[in-house]
Amino acid sequence: MDAVFQNLDLIRQGFTTTITLTLLSAMGALVLGTLIAAMRVSPVPPLRWTGGFYVQVVRNTPLTVVFFFFVFGLPEVGIVVGFYPFAVMALTVYTASFVAEAVRSGINSVPVGQAEASRSVGMTFTQTLGVIVLPQALRSVIPPLASVFIALLKNTSIAFAFGVFEGTSASNVLINRFGSQVLQILLITALVYLALALLMSAAFGWLERAVAITR
Amino acid sequence: MTSVLYDVAGPRTRQRILVWSLVGSAVIVALLVVAALRLADNGQFEADKYTPFFEEPALWRGIARALRATLQAAAYALVLATILGVLLAVGRMSHSQWLRLPSIGVIEFFRGVPLLLLIFFFFLGFPLAFGVNLPALWALVFGLTLYNGAVIAEIIRAGVHALPLGQTEAALAIGLTRGQTMRSVLLPQAFRIMLPALISQLVVLLKDTSLGFVIGYVELLRYGQRAAEQLDNRIQLTVVVAAIYIVINLSLSRLATWIESRQRRVAAPGTHVEEVTEAVGRQG
Repeated sequence: MDAVFQNLDLIRQGFTTTITLTLLSAMGALVLGTLIAAMRVSPVPPLRWTGGFYVQVVRNTPLTVVFFFFVFGLPEVGIVVGFYPFAVMALTVYTASFVAEAVRSGINSVPVGQAEASRSVGMTFTQTLGVIVLPQALRSVIPPLASVFIALLKNTSIAFAFGVFEGTSASNVLINRFGSQVLQILLITALVYLALALLMSAAFGWLERAVAITR
Repeated sequence: MTSVLYDVAGPRTRQRILVWSLVGSAVIVALLVVAALRLADNGQFEADKYTPFFEEPALWRGIARALRATLQAAAYALVLATILGVLLAVGRMSHSQWLRLPSIGVIEFFRGVPLLLLIFFFFLGFPLAFGVNLPALWALVFGLTLYNGAVIAEIIRAGVHALPLGQTEAALAIGLTRGQTMRSVLLPQAFRIMLPALISQLVVLLKDTSLGFVIGYVELLRYGQRAAEQLDNRIQLTVVVAAIYIVINLSLSRLATWIESRQRRVAAPGTHVEEVTEAVGRQG
């Protein structure tokens, strides 16, 4: 245990990065994912195809490979922005495909009558989607989104392999220094991740109750 | 595709959709052109980036070997995780607290912890704490087993819960014990309806084998990186590697969708097939 408690600063520093990485990527993925979901349900065929293509391709690619494209691929074409922004981009692009699927199934879960009513009072596609359907869809989409973002939190640990100093890297540094305490170090790291996941799930639970409406 | 979001288009709307299609295509094409120019400026279209794929049979042999290593890790992990999943699921559904509570704890722990930490537990933890050196393959397989075992346990539980209650009642009524009911009535049916969810999980598992890259197990990604160091065509090789994953995973996903649509027709009346996939979902 000493290894961890004498190096709390290192752990805190690592997990601060884990948290900012999660939050930034979550925001990016929410924006990009909602946009792609809107493309997938739009009446414009090329947008629909592009959205579908994006989701199918990205969802079936391992996150490690996505990281590879950003961290090793982009420098090949002269784009170098540092490991941290690369990690945010990779996590955003990957998570967006899952957000898009969650939002799309949320859109499908809004009762047909809602869209029919809004169209029958003369609203356009954009109005129907933006004012009537999406606000309701986002509500029913909160539980699946919570799972997606908890998966994102766990996925940030892969950034360790691509040059970012986050929670897993911190524990790895400690393991290298205090090899005999490897099990305690791994257990405590795991517990911190679990605590963060519980916190997130509680936050989403609160959000779900806060925006709940009775139908 | 029909949608409730918009009407069947009339002449004016058709025209507007056409305009937006053109605008949308133009934007997408423009983005592709910018990307292509960028690639061209940096010599990514030069012939020597592509010739190895045609002139080096050793490259394809290497890729085939690496693919085998990937599939091998996935296959071992799938078998072990299914066994672990059945045990944990039965434990979680047991009527004895002494089995149920620990099973819940184990499932929630392994599901909530990053997979990479579980792999490190076997890869770094075993040699340092117990003096046992595990080959990278087995560290990867065991890590995958713990995580996927926990997820599969939840899939099995959802599968059993999706069965009509009458199945359990009938089995108990003819005098089967709880264990017999589970073994010979519930699990066989549950396995059938959870097959699609299980295949979706196989996609996740297959993707996660790429974490072998981190601990130096030479699977597809690691091999691609090594080969790229010599051939100097990192982007092209990564595209090939990604394409292999995508083809395999898309085929598996298609298979899962097909089986699911079939299940809907053949499952026992009162079975909630869709609940299994919903209960677990794909989260990446």
